[in-house]
Amino acid sequence: MSIFVDDDTRVVVQGITGGEGKFHTEQMLEYGTNVVAGAVPGKGGQEVAGVPVYDTVDEAVDAEDADASVVFVPPAFAGDAVFEALDTDLDLVVAITEGIPTQDMAKVNKRLSEVDTRLLGPNCPGIITPGEAKLGILPGNIFESGNVGLVSRSGTLTYQVVSNLTERGIGQTTAIGIGGDPIIGTSFVDALEAFEADPDTDAVVMCGEIGGEDEEQAAKFIAENMDTPVAGFIAGRTAPPGKRMGHAGAIVSGSGTGTAESKIGALNDAGVPVGDTPNEVADHIEDFL
Amino acid sequence: MRLHEYQAKQVFADAGIPTPDSRLASTVEEVMDAVDEIGYPAAIKAQVHVGGRGKAGGIEIATSEAEAREAAESILGMDLKGYTVDKVLVEAGVDFENELYVGITMDRGEGEPVAMVSTEGGVDIESVAHETPEKIAREHIDPAFGLHPYQARKVVFEAGIPKDVAMDVASILTTLYDLYESKDASEVEINPVMITGDREVVAADAVMNIDEDALFRQPELAEMEDEAAGDELEAKANEYGFDYVRLSGNVGIIGNGAGLVMTTLDLVDYFGGSPANFLDIGGGAKAERVANALEMVFADENVDSVVFNIFGGITRGDEVAKGINEALAQFDEIPKPVVVRLAGTNAAEGMEILNKDLVQVEGTLEDAVQRAVKNAEEVTQ
Repeated sequence: MSIFVDDDTRVVVQGITGGEGKFHTEQMLEYGTNVVAGAVPGKGGQEVAGVPVYDTVDEAVDAEDADASVVFVPPAFAGDAVFEALDTDLDLVVAITEGIPTQDMAKVNKRLSEVDTRLLGPNCPGIITPGEAKLGILPGNIFESGNVGLVSRSGTLTYQVVSNLTERGIGQTTAIGIGGDPIIGTSFVDALEAFEADPDTDAVVMCGEIGGEDEEQAAKFIAENMDTPVAGFIAGRTAPPGKRMGHAGAIVSGSGTGTAESKIGALNDAGVPVGDTPNEVADHIEDFL
Repeated sequence: MRLHEYQAKQVFADAGIPTPDSRLASTVEEVMDAVDEIGYPAAIKAQVHVGGRGKAGGIEIATSEAEAREAAESILGMDLKGYTVDKVLVEAGVDFENELYVGITMDRGEGEPVAMVSTEGGVDIESVAHETPEKIAREHIDPAFGLHPYQARKVVFEAGIPKDVAMDVASILTTLYDLYESKDASEVEINPVMITGDREVVAADAVMNIDEDALFRQPELAEMEDEAAGDELEAKANEYGFDYVRLSGNVGIIGNGAGLVMTTLDLVDYFGGSPANFLDIGGGAKAERVANALEMVFADENVDSVVFNIFGGITRGDEVAKGINEALAQFDEIPKPVVVRLAGTNAAEGMEILNKDLVQVEGTLEDAVQRAVKNAEEVTQ
């Protein structure tokens, strides 16, 4: 089984006519994802990789019975694109775009609390249920179907840990990138809750990083609500305070909150072993299985 | 992006927030001209991007011509926590009875902006927040509606601001929120707001940080960015559009994706080395960008060895390999040993292309990092 997406998921790609949108639509189709429509204002009536394009998300959802969207829209327009997606009755919106202004995301976040749609990201690689569907930019070939769930704030770190797992023959139920921005839709806790409820997920990897307190909240959730074992990794132990380390959210505040130490401590207290290297995370998962 | 105090004050003043009379000066003579016009007492304040300027000797109050000259001479050109002071703000001293704090920032946990007001102004507000959080009144702001005037009044009364100036402080707070929203700030702060003997409120300091991701729609603020304020290499990285942070070690690190690059830094430390920098080439980098990255890291004289860690998703291994070859082709002798680890999209094609006479290749993240740490150790021995 899987969480959030499977081979029934019907996908609209917002921004399908752009370079990234087109390339990754082809990659998603090749992986077997049901990409059923594109949505680009003014480009309705065109086709990209055999997929019909509509002027609005609403039209695309109506015409093709879609239930998820992936947003490949440039940062200046991406907040608006997510609003448009949230104005339909999609189950899931995956925002790949990096660099959306934080105040735009605060407004999106507010709207999100008023609708039933789940948002993943922004600034995330997307989500993949190996062998069934991938929504986003993850390289499909490193994933294998199996019994380990993965949730991560970082794209390339996800690939690293997944390759460590796959090399040992450990497959994945679903891998989720939740994104590296300060304000995101789906949180660690949301993903962990879904993995806990998934009978096919026997262990979970959680990759966090410096900044914010999401990992600390996740640790609390794990201690109180999870039977499924979790192993963790935290990036940014060597980051100096006050410096933005690539991800908009990866910054240790001057007052000392959001440090790797605090996150690792919280996870350890919740019974979650944290690897010093990605390979050690795979060791812990192997021990659980 | 952080504005200098004088820039933020200008933005605040333009919006109607009362600020003291002030002049910007970059020579001792300019300081003397400024104090002539402003009078005494005058504050002479270093304009550099560091906190705690006062404690570090970057702010002096002059009550006479001799003191002004002395302060100007000591502050201009001084090294303040790694930054050279080349500009000072000369500002009319404010005779005050109380110092307050007002600020607005994003509460990322709530996903909403929050307004903060305290009677404990003029001090390190982060320690107040840490040690006596009850002394800071807070009000969350619905980003769809903005800060309602009643909310501004509520938080000001809750903070215990004296009633005779409460409305003026509330008015400053609503103006600050308008600026926060319209200028795409990530933080606006006045610490302190001074209350004078005549019960006037004056912004004696000004902090404004702008969301870098929103600079595309803030062209006037983007122009205020002070290239000289940062490290020379960081300015160069900015030009190339890299996410780059210079650190104090000697192992240069280049990778793709913030999480993986941070992990590479952590592993360098874990295996006994010390990272010289964080450099994320970003997603989908072409050969030229990769070559620029390598040149940048070579340009850092602290770097003794380099590790290139790429896990391709959107980034293609063959493009990365081409870039590394291009960058190295310019040298008769490679300045510092380079270890390359390529995985993911088109990694096999990349390995075919990569000029293995010029670099060391490792198959795993751990092996690559260990080798780079060892290379650096050999140089320092």
